[in-house]
Amino acid sequence: MADTATAATTAPAANVLGLSGKADLLRFLTCGSVDDGKSTLIGRLLYETRALFEDQLAALERDSRKYGTAGEHIDFALLLDGLEAEREQGITIDVSYRYFATDRRRFIVADTPGHQQYTRNMATGASTADLAVLLVDARKGVVNQTRRHSFIVSLLGIRHVVLVVNKMDLVGFDQAQFAAIRDSYAGFATGLGFESLVAIPASARFGDNVTRPSDNTPWYEGPTLLDHLETVRIETDPAGEPFRMPVQWVNRPHFDFRGYAGTIASGRVRQGDRISVLPAGKNSAVARIVTREGELAEARVGDAVTLVLTEEIDVSRGDVIAAAAVPAPVADQFAAHLVWMSETPLFPGRSYLIKAGTRTVAGSVTAIKHRINVDTHEHLAAKELHLNDVGVVNLSLSSPIAFEPYTKSRSLGSFIIIDRLSNETAGAGTIDFALRRGTNLTWQHLDIDRAARAALNGQKPAILWFTGLSGAGKSTIANLVERKLFAIGRHTYVLDGDNVRHGLNRDLGFTEADRVENIRRVAEVAKLFADAGLIVIASFISPYREDRAMARSGLEKGLFLEVFVDTPIEECQRRDPKGLYAKVAAGKISNFTGIDAPYEPPENPEIRLPTVGSTADALAEEVIAELRRRGVLG
Amino acid sequence: MQALQSGASGPATGHVPFLLSPHLKRLQDESIFIFREVAAELRKPVLLYSTGKDSSVLLHLAMKAFHPARLPFPILHIDTTWKFREMIAFRDETARRLGLELIVHTNGEGLRRGVNPFDYGSSYYTQVMKTEALKQALAERGYDAAFGGARRDEERSRAKERIFSFRSAAQEWDPKKQRPELWNLYNGRIREGESIRVFPLSNWTELDIWQYILAENIPVVPLYFAKPQPIVERDGQLIVVHDRRMRLAPGEEPTMRMVRFRSLGCYPLTGAIESTAGTLSAVIAEMLGFRTSERMGRLIDRDEEASMERKKREGYF
Repeated sequence: MADTATAATTAPAANVLGLSGKADLLRFLTCGSVDDGKSTLIGRLLYETRALFEDQLAALERDSRKYGTAGEHIDFALLLDGLEAEREQGITIDVSYRYFATDRRRFIVADTPGHQQYTRNMATGASTADLAVLLVDARKGVVNQTRRHSFIVSLLGIRHVVLVVNKMDLVGFDQAQFAAIRDSYAGFATGLGFESLVAIPASARFGDNVTRPSDNTPWYEGPTLLDHLETVRIETDPAGEPFRMPVQWVNRPHFDFRGYAGTIASGRVRQGDRISVLPAGKNSAVARIVTREGELAEARVGDAVTLVLTEEIDVSRGDVIAAAAVPAPVADQFAAHLVWMSETPLFPGRSYLIKAGTRTVAGSVTAIKHRINVDTHEHLAAKELHLNDVGVVNLSLSSPIAFEPYTKSRSLGSFIIIDRLSNETAGAGTIDFALRRGTNLTWQHLDIDRAARAALNGQKPAILWFTGLSGAGKSTIANLVERKLFAIGRHTYVLDGDNVRHGLNRDLGFTEADRVENIRRVAEVAKLFADAGLIVIASFISPYREDRAMARSGLEKGLFLEVFVDTPIEECQRRDPKGLYAKVAAGKISNFTGIDAPYEPPENPEIRLPTVGSTADALAEEVIAELRRRGVLG
Repeated sequence: MQALQSGASGPATGHVPFLLSPHLKRLQDESIFIFREVAAELRKPVLLYSTGKDSSVLLHLAMKAFHPARLPFPILHIDTTWKFREMIAFRDETARRLGLELIVHTNGEGLRRGVNPFDYGSSYYTQVMKTEALKQALAERGYDAAFGGARRDEERSRAKERIFSFRSAAQEWDPKKQRPELWNLYNGRIREGESIRVFPLSNWTELDIWQYILAENIPVVPLYFAKPQPIVERDGQLIVVHDRRMRLAPGEEPTMRMVRFRSLGCYPLTGAIESTAGTLSAVIAEMLGFRTSERMGRLIDRDEEASMERKKREGYF
């Protein structure tokens, strides 16, 4: 260790190095249209806080000559347009993050494009920001874009806003003009839920009221922009918030240690505190709060810790550990605001993955209540949401989660929507409140139950769910299995993919949403038939694990048997009983499972049938034998 | 295997850590969160370890994230064979000290062809010995996530890169097809062959790194501290004549100068700075007066306009 650096550490003048100070971090977002001087403002902030280095400035001067639009002047916009395409086309494509510091605070600026993809990019930048700087041109005042940006800022829960009335030099630093804009904006902003709203007359180009008070605005007594950013109070740990921590990772290095790693989302936790693990609701207490620096007596919001509990209870990633006295609510149906971010529109009913906190579950939007016109805040009817649309929707998850409304907790009230095919982040949402529809509909209890009906039939019901690629041999084997069961006097029914589409599911097409609905209906019918005492044989490609899991969910153990008809894609293509693969190859069909749409093979099917080198009859016999082993057939 | 650490393998004893400023604490905890998300969501991560200061901080944060368990992934060093000896020694010592699984990979094909920074130019050399080497190592071993120490303040194309940065099966970055990244909800979903590059230090600045190193007493390669070195000056860059492989131009004569590094890479391509800063606090005090960025000393970034973005698209970290 003698030659490593730390050996050379001497007691430093900590205050000089900003270590002992209370320097905290402020994340803010800048918004405004291109002509409002946003880039100039950020460039000036960076330059005057010495966050812009000389070589970067030299590069900027080079670029200004090459691509610039500011004539002889440095085009600060080029500083922020980090991508080649952006510089060439003179547009900002993406959110950019910039960093600067003063003695009092460190700043992370999210700079978002004024025009292109503004909703998606602004929402991204705003999601982690504590404050928004909104620019308006003193000559134009509050315009449509200002209203639009304010709405998104409010939607993403930002409570502190600075209205920079820029280009005051072009209106002769006119006090009345400034006051008119300030008042007009304040009038508009009521109802957007801002806690603090400060208006500053400025000229980014000449520096007035950006980092130093301007002699041109003797009538203005407020802070400069930088002053305000350095001192505005952002409440990060409101007193009395209940403890919540989403579990990220179970830390189990050996048998004597089992800890739950996570970052505290709200409140505080102390050794000995009673906690509840959600959504299951099992209680325990905190035995230890572990960090690499040693155990803590207390940890608070923002701390990344590992909790050890006193009693061994089942806790896994995605659970939320919460104060036992004030557990977070748990639900699986929500009203939510949604920003759509994908080129592929959102359709109600389509199955997505929803990531909320550290939990990822299947889910879908069951209804779009309305789309919001972000300029007028008008509610519009909508059947789908397109890229950059904002809507209010009902969201349904495949299993319940612990949550808080977004206005109460950003970390427990936010979620993203992931497309199951492309894996892209397709949307982002904020939870408004839980819907309690499920609890208003009670199950009508019937005296004759499944066991009674089965007993009368003299058989045990079951659902045999055949899954596999198109052409794998599902229908052929299913048909043989039914014949064999029929021959020994069992009551059966086959639900076949093609057949149900002629009746029950006649209204469904082959979009992803419709495929999901197709499987959902079949699963429900299979359950009803099994309830009636039948042995149900369902034969569907059913490519998604989540959907098959959905078909299985809620059934008692042993009732649902997943039968994986395992045939390699090459073999299916060779067989091609319906000529479909040929059509795919000819480009006549797209979105075909196994070719350009995924098939997720079962991980632990009850029965696996490798078809290559075997006959359909032998495989059907295998199924019958397995039913005997499992006691379905006596 | 004893995974619980004793004091000896933790931070050096006898050091009284500074209380982290709220800002460094927040950056630290954000990085720890990112590490844990990856460990939980990806099948086979690896930490790309360059031995530099950012790697030192990255590793330190990873140790914190999984304590008391061992790192649930190995560390990977791409050895171009042109690194400073001090970096290699430090690498081996660090792996030993922390009990890490260290994987060292060199592009064997490039080595056989004798690809070096003198005959092939920095651009081609970097492509073969760094970018290609990295892609080989990641692909051969099937890693689906790779942590890197890149920071957004380093370079403007990095300022636009996500924390979870998606790579195609060809390990390429498409800046126009980045996934929106909101809150701390990182999307780690990939298909077979695709991967994610993860940058837990995205929101850190160079100054943050040094202040954190000081506050947490993190060991770094001694080359960051000033000492006399044999130097030749090329294109305004101070290059250390580190070993006999260094090619001198006719009439070029190394002179001893007091220098240190802000950024470390392959020695013939990394410019030193004149400095007398021999301690961490002197380094930080000096940094506060800097008017040029640290990548100024990296010859590879200046090869062409937008060179970092281009290298990144091809798979460079």
